[in-house]
Amino acid sequence: MTSSTNLQASDLAGQLQALATQLGVSRWDLGASCSTDTSVQVDRGEAKQLKGAQRSSITVRAWNSDGLVGITSTSDLSSAGLARALAGAGEASRYGNPDDTPGFSPLATAPLAQLEQPISEPRGILELLGTLKLAEAELLSCHPAISTVPYNGLAQRNSQRLYLNSEGACREQQLSTASLYLYALAEEAGRKPRSSGAVRLAYGAEQLDVAGCVEEAAERTIKHLDYAPITTGRYTCVFSPEAFLDLIGAFSGLFNARAVLDGVSLSQRDSLGSQLAVPFLSIHDNGLHPGNIGAASFDGEGTPVARLPLLEGGILRHFLHSEATARAFGVAPTGHAGLGAKVSVGPHWFEIGPAGSSDEQTGARGLDRFSQEGIVWIDSLSALHAGVKASQGSFSLPFDGWLIQGGEARSIEAATVAGDIRAVLKGLVGFEGEAKVTPDGVCPLVWVDGLSITGNA
Amino acid sequence: MLATPSPSLTGAHAGDSLDLRWRERLETVLAAGAAAGASLVEVFLESTDHIGLLAEQERITNVSPAFGRGAGLRVFLGDRDGFVSTNDLSEAGLLQALDQALGMLGLSRSSLGSHAFAGLASMRDHGASKESWLQHCPGLDESTARLLKATALLDRHGDHLQARRGSYARDWQEVLVAASDGTFARDIRLHQSVGINALAADGDHRASLGRRYGSSGRPDDLRHWDAEASAIDLCSSARSMLYADYVEAGNYPVVLANRFGGVIFHEACGHLLETTQVERGTTPFADQVGETIAHEAVTAVDEGLSDGAFGSLSMDDEGMEPQRTVLIENGVLQRFISDRAGELRTGHARTGSGRRQSHNFAAASRMRNTFIAAGPHSPEQLIGSVDRGLYCKSMGGGSVGPTGQFNFAVEEGYLIEDGKLGKPVKGATLIGEAKEVMPRISMCANDLELAAGFCGSVSGSIFVTVGQPHIKVDSITVGGR
Repeated sequence: MTSSTNLQASDLAGQLQALATQLGVSRWDLGASCSTDTSVQVDRGEAKQLKGAQRSSITVRAWNSDGLVGITSTSDLSSAGLARALAGAGEASRYGNPDDTPGFSPLATAPLAQLEQPISEPRGILELLGTLKLAEAELLSCHPAISTVPYNGLAQRNSQRLYLNSEGACREQQLSTASLYLYALAEEAGRKPRSSGAVRLAYGAEQLDVAGCVEEAAERTIKHLDYAPITTGRYTCVFSPEAFLDLIGAFSGLFNARAVLDGVSLSQRDSLGSQLAVPFLSIHDNGLHPGNIGAASFDGEGTPVARLPLLEGGILRHFLHSEATARAFGVAPTGHAGLGAKVSVGPHWFEIGPAGSSDEQTGARGLDRFSQEGIVWIDSLSALHAGVKASQGSFSLPFDGWLIQGGEARSIEAATVAGDIRAVLKGLVGFEGEAKVTPDGVCPLVWVDGLSITGNA
Repeated sequence: MLATPSPSLTGAHAGDSLDLRWRERLETVLAAGAAAGASLVEVFLESTDHIGLLAEQERITNVSPAFGRGAGLRVFLGDRDGFVSTNDLSEAGLLQALDQALGMLGLSRSSLGSHAFAGLASMRDHGASKESWLQHCPGLDESTARLLKATALLDRHGDHLQARRGSYARDWQEVLVAASDGTFARDIRLHQSVGINALAADGDHRASLGRRYGSSGRPDDLRHWDAEASAIDLCSSARSMLYADYVEAGNYPVVLANRFGGVIFHEACGHLLETTQVERGTTPFADQVGETIAHEAVTAVDEGLSDGAFGSLSMDDEGMEPQRTVLIENGVLQRFISDRAGELRTGHARTGSGRRQSHNFAAASRMRNTFIAAGPHSPEQLIGSVDRGLYCKSMGGGSVGPTGQFNFAVEEGYLIEDGKLGKPVKGATLIGEAKEVMPRISMCANDLELAAGFCGSVSGSIFVTVGQPHIKVDSITVGGR
């Protein structure tokens, strides 16, 4: 299989400019991507699914003579497809919103950060299959109760993305990534099945930490084998880095200027500078962190991605912006935009941790979840799409985790954790341990007081 | 009223249809795959045309057209398979994809195979009567006007509404399926959905609610949508929920309302009756055909035939016509939902349920219109039988985990006290396991209704219908504060 590098920026720009001239469109921009993917899944030593894909897509925006913008997307990269897309965008611009018209980012030609992203040559699919079969076999051999690994996959992608506009902006990024996930199912006689897993990302299949993934999946699954129900009540909870990052991600509307302007965020325009959280919590969005495998160097509008302080010492410092929201707030775009007629805004990768090293900047020191009684250690949250009411601030989420008593952690049979994100941010007790790099960000264990746990004891 | 849409935004496919002209190219590909030793080769061709609209307050804020073409090629060798998708529909592009799929199974076009290909059968054209559907859908002027009217109606009927949204999506899809067993079938699908959402806020009190309606094969459906009734219904719910207290956690008897209440059966039990789960070993019901798995009050059906329902289809994505599949009858498990690969690997006969989001996915056994059948009771009888419990009028989303445990957010709930509906409560989550909860569905009412939804799973996001009458679950864990 060849890597997918078949988008030619200059050709596309030339083609689109010629079409735009023909159609009388003087202002346009374009986002394009193409990728070549291969992936494998296995089932008890046999190939379950082998997949390959060549994908391409283009999104074109066109501004009409009234300054309104329209958009059309297509997977048809032929000349006819491009022509139809541009004509469609022109037509859609008749319905553009005069109150909120996106423009070109003033930073679409600003220098980009240089990212260390080695490009790996894709491995043959049968080689991927062999690697995954071995990983599955190793995981199955870790404990007699692990009977299957029902959810697993090893995938690799070589991709390219572009941003071009009629004022000469030309962004391009090529990337290779690989991922491995192993989710095991374990069952002991007379007891309910239990499951857990692990994920690894890398810039190529050969760099994946397969052994680490197997070890973590086994360890987490085995730790859930001995379970007991938990009594409903209020508990001090310790969130794993992954769980806390998931929670903050689900409520990232707090930091989202688009959501603020739309009236669906818990924050308002004048919330900047207000104390949103305990004074020892800081949150940055940093898509450029070296731990962010597959980081984008520019957003959908061509704006460079950069590190942005969101909460410093618990105080709300900045919102995430597109070009249009930044203009509405009188600030510069932050590199968090998609590409659309109404441009979406979203975070890249969070850095969460203490605000500094002094006592007031760290919260409680020396926290050790095994040294206290009745602590709920939340390993992973589920069903965030259903259990989070982002515009209300409330959440009620199933979780996998452990109840710590007598210095021992015992898996909780089935439970939900419920609360309000504003109360969580102001109810942090402190952090435990070193920050851990995960696929969604970097964060230590986070202690939160007084959350409602519903169990079935 | 018929729209007079422009060609660029409404399917400029004239003369470019996926039809009999593709026969020769497809036969070339299928013959090459069979000659290489594949036991079956299947090609799925797709052409799509989508429009998404968003209205917020008094403005149209997003118009997002999209169109595209692609192919998915699947090659079987025994019960193993390789799948490749591509946007290149030229003969060379399809053969390149075939080579890649063959290579996954250790085959190549230079190898000598033993599987003969006798050519494609006559094309079964389910799309012939649907050619004009796209042109009969509302144009942009009409559909944007409908959405703006809906957000205005929310304003008229609502209190404390901080944000009002209306959304509309029209998905047109033309598909052609060809396989080396002679299968050759074409279809045109049209799905439309419209939704309204509101965020009510008063001081620290907030409530966000939504409604969504959807249909298949009905170009006029947006015109017939009763936006005022929908707005009144949503605003009434928002009014109730804005000042609602949080529900107290515990185990309660629960009455689930009809229509979208069926999402729990879909997620908690329906997925466990797909052959993909049998293959994975993740369903507790794998060996229980003929055994009682639910209360005798429960009969459950999955079908693709209801006129205009979101999950209905003339043929599945493997070219098979759909059926009415009784899954559970009076509590006894009858059969599984199966596709081509599921039949090969589990022995459960195909049910016309091989479905996929697009050419980028291999088809898998998926639900269509799935519902619990009506029972003999009135909804009032169900509520009247509960001393202290929870009435779930409207469900949010949910999920089911790999061990069969499910959880669902209750969007609009009310306490039941002494057999009567009491005060509204928020923040409830229903938690349980299908195996434990199915025997506790003790009463079904006589008011079966269906509701449109989207289901995400192994072969992507697809259009489905969920449904049920009001049902009573004797006891379930309710997460709350």
